[in-house]
Amino acid sequence: MTRASLPLKAAALGGLAFLHVPLIFILLYCFTTEERSYAFPPPGYTLKWFAVVWDRADIWAAIGLSLKVAVAATALALVLGTLAAGALARAKFFGREPISLLLVLPIALPGIVTGIALRQAFGLMEIPFSFWTIVIGHATFCIVVVYNNAVARLRRLSPSLIEASMDLGADAFQTFRLVVLPNIGTALLAGGMLAFALSFDEVIVTTFTAGQQSTLPIWMLSELIRPRQRPVTNVVAVMIILVTFLPILAAYYLTREGEAVAGSGK
Amino acid sequence: MSFGATSPGAMNPAGFDLPAPREGIGRRLSDALTRHGRLLTLLLLTPPLLWLGLIYLGSLFVFLAQSIFSIDPFSGMIVREPTTATLIELFRPANFDIVRRTVLVAAAVTALCAVLAFPIAYYAARYAGPKVKAGFYLAVMMPLWSSYLVKVYGWKLLLAKEGAIGWFAGRLGLGGALDAWLALPVVGGPSLSVSYTGMVLTFTYLWLPFMILPIQAALERVPPHLIEAAGDLGASPGLVFRTVILPLAMPGVVAGAIFTFSLTLGDYIVPQIIGTSALVLGQAVYTLQGTAGNIPLAAAFSLVPILVMALFLTIARRTGAFDAL
Repeated sequence: MTRASLPLKAAALGGLAFLHVPLIFILLYCFTTEERSYAFPPPGYTLKWFAVVWDRADIWAAIGLSLKVAVAATALALVLGTLAAGALARAKFFGREPISLLLVLPIALPGIVTGIALRQAFGLMEIPFSFWTIVIGHATFCIVVVYNNAVARLRRLSPSLIEASMDLGADAFQTFRLVVLPNIGTALLAGGMLAFALSFDEVIVTTFTAGQQSTLPIWMLSELIRPRQRPVTNVVAVMIILVTFLPILAAYYLTREGEAVAGSGK
Repeated sequence: MSFGATSPGAMNPAGFDLPAPREGIGRRLSDALTRHGRLLTLLLLTPPLLWLGLIYLGSLFVFLAQSIFSIDPFSGMIVREPTTATLIELFRPANFDIVRRTVLVAAAVTALCAVLAFPIAYYAARYAGPKVKAGFYLAVMMPLWSSYLVKVYGWKLLLAKEGAIGWFAGRLGLGGALDAWLALPVVGGPSLSVSYTGMVLTFTYLWLPFMILPIQAALERVPPHLIEAAGDLGASPGLVFRTVILPLAMPGVVAGAIFTFSLTLGDYIVPQIIGTSALVLGQAVYTLQGTAGNIPLAAAFSLVPILVMALFLTIARRTGAFDAL
């Protein structure tokens, strides 16, 4: 194969740089001494904003709520997404296409539509906003992430493994526990981590289902619209990057190692 | 893997002294599930379908169905009688402008994403070795999964009048060019952070990974011998690119466009933070359901992105874009 031409290489690397430059600037502005504007270059550098964040109870409360919501939504999505993947991975039946469309719909439709729709439904049924109304919204669009990971792995899992297990006398539950689950485990973990990151970061649907509660993205949004201490927002932003970065990195390595699924060789 | 622990005797070569199978409830249930694949499928599907069908579709219906209601101009209350008045209201010049503006922004974002994404995807798919490819993949995935708000915030920093882009433009002697651009009628504005240029740039940045991944997937599926064959038959590299590679990559572009287009159509946060004071669709829906309290019109507006995307998806299905997702 020939080597890439210089313009192509430059365009590719330039594009990647474009994807990362803004994140670098966020890190830089954590240390600025200027709190009223985004003056560049920063007039001076300080570490005091980290201490300010440490003492802000509202930020910690928002982080706590976001973590709890993400855990609950991920757990729900794991169960529902795995079930859907188990049903759709191999079975061919009438209505399969509409069901897979239904699974994708919550992320395919604009979040604002999902958000207002849920808000209207909660209002109609007189359900007050609570922790669980946020979780319901998040779980709805997290299902597809788990489903995608699980269904891809299930399709690679050789059916003969399951048949062999049953031939050897294991029943369906034993086969699931001892053969299927170990093989799709990492895919589920990866899907779960992505769902966690998605939920932890969600703001649009949450705006409509949270009521007066403040998740971390909601807190961040109010800071973006009415900035107070701007560098504080930067410190929180960097914390968010770290909290979502680690699960995503882990998910990447989990699904990559998963390439070596038993029975995947064709 | 050993099954010996769970099914003693099964591995026994003699095989005749198997204990009689346990006939517990679990076993019988298992047999039923194994024999009736459809029952298993049904049982597996019921919980997710209940969730999505009841909670999600139910809510969608509750909301969108209100587009056939109207609002009483005096009391501001919703009149629960079927009418087409609210849907027709969408075509009033002020409202239609909002729709047109949003679709144009989405189209611009999609085009810009495709242009930026193609070289990255092309390089990663055709030239990068395994190590470089893994690096590219991570470099694309990280921003994709980074916090949406953090990314928007990053652009607010960069685009601000006193921010980094202005400073670098000044240092590089491009300050005049930047001012000239901002003086242009539609794309310009007082500063980048309150112009369409800034809005489109931010959207492009946000959705670029969604464009790179499907294009790369489509390019990786182009069989190398097709390209060699075209070359052997005398096509120049440019001709090979235009007549072989590009058509085969198009489903990937369309698949990416589904994301970039639909995500831009529905977004109301970016235009709120970066952009002009003229509303886009998402903002219109947001204000209508909130301060204006006009749920019927908000529902009617919400139908627009759904219909546009349905149209888009129908076309996309024809081009085979779904295989590139």
